[in-house]
Amino acid sequence: MTDDLAAVAALHDPVRRVLYDYVAAQGRAVGRNEAAEQAGISRTLAAFHLDKLAEAGLLEVDFMRLTEARPGPGGGRPAKVYRRGTIARTVTLPHRDYEQLAALLAEAVHDTAADDRAVAAAGVAGARLHEPGAWLATLRARGYEPYVDGARVRLRNCPFRQVAQAQPLLVCSMNLALCQGIAGGDATAELDPRPDECCVSFSKNKSH
Amino acid sequence: MNLAQLNVGRLVAPLDAPEMAAFVALLEPINALADDAPGFVWRFTASDTDSAVAYRHDSGDDLLINMSVWRTRQDLWNYVYRTRHLAVLQRRREWFARTVEVHSVMWWVPDGHLPTAAEGMARLARLAEHGPGPDAFTFKDFHEPSGTPA
Repeated sequence: MTDDLAAVAALHDPVRRVLYDYVAAQGRAVGRNEAAEQAGISRTLAAFHLDKLAEAGLLEVDFMRLTEARPGPGGGRPAKVYRRGTIARTVTLPHRDYEQLAALLAEAVHDTAADDRAVAAAGVAGARLHEPGAWLATLRARGYEPYVDGARVRLRNCPFRQVAQAQPLLVCSMNLALCQGIAGGDATAELDPRPDECCVSFSKNKSH
Repeated sequence: MNLAQLNVGRLVAPLDAPEMAAFVALLEPINALADDAPGFVWRFTASDTDSAVAYRHDSGDDLLINMSVWRTRQDLWNYVYRTRHLAVLQRRREWFARTVEVHSVMWWVPDGHLPTAAEGMARLARLAEHGPGPDAFTFKDFHEPSGTPA
């Protein structure tokens, strides 16, 4: 809880917020130069803030050779890069723990006859969220982080990740139903899981 | 060490019955997906020529056995839940009877060791009888090769 609060507080600085949002949206490792350019600040300042975000656990640090390596001494050295951290941070005051409750319910429901009802309930909830033409905005507002990949729309973030890791069959089935409901007639949602992303992707329907 | 996994399912009808046709049609592409998956080591086949049907257990007519070996937990997890295999799993009720008995087990095998069906069934029986432990466990109650829970 204290760590979570400290992590979230690290985002209070507007420059850090811009850097965090940029790195998170790329879905890949980002170097200091690139981040500095995007935020419109110096490389040194960007490095300072990126390292603060890494200290707070919001970003993860790695070292890799970036493509623009110059010949000569030091030119091919691995550069420090950043990607979004995988640990979810939650601050609720007073403390609430819906994740644990969801995990317990999922454990009880999975592989019983009630799981079909859970999927149906998710479908109804999704349909209620559907607004014609606004499915991408709805997905964005609900934290799925949609992005275009060729002819498909994929989701960078799984909002249910922690519980989905424990009960993937139940939670991914419910999430598919939810996404189908949100998309309505605008797009076709299908199970298309990839490591570290949401299990659903979409193909846009012709009329939209 | 490599991770071995066995799961059994009771079919709702014999494999040549019309209600099983969609399942039988999926066997080859889904097996091919496993063969190409990162970390895949080996999977059990009834004979060298028959890659479609895994194995028919002696004790039951419509019991289907699936057994495979993987490099790591993550490799197996990614194949089971993070590929098109997930959509097939979602349809399991069309082809497999709903069952409360223990139907899936994992255990560690030395590199190069290819488990027999009898070995896998013995691990499954162990899990059913004693619950998860270092010799027979599940994704949920996972055990590292050293014998300590993850």
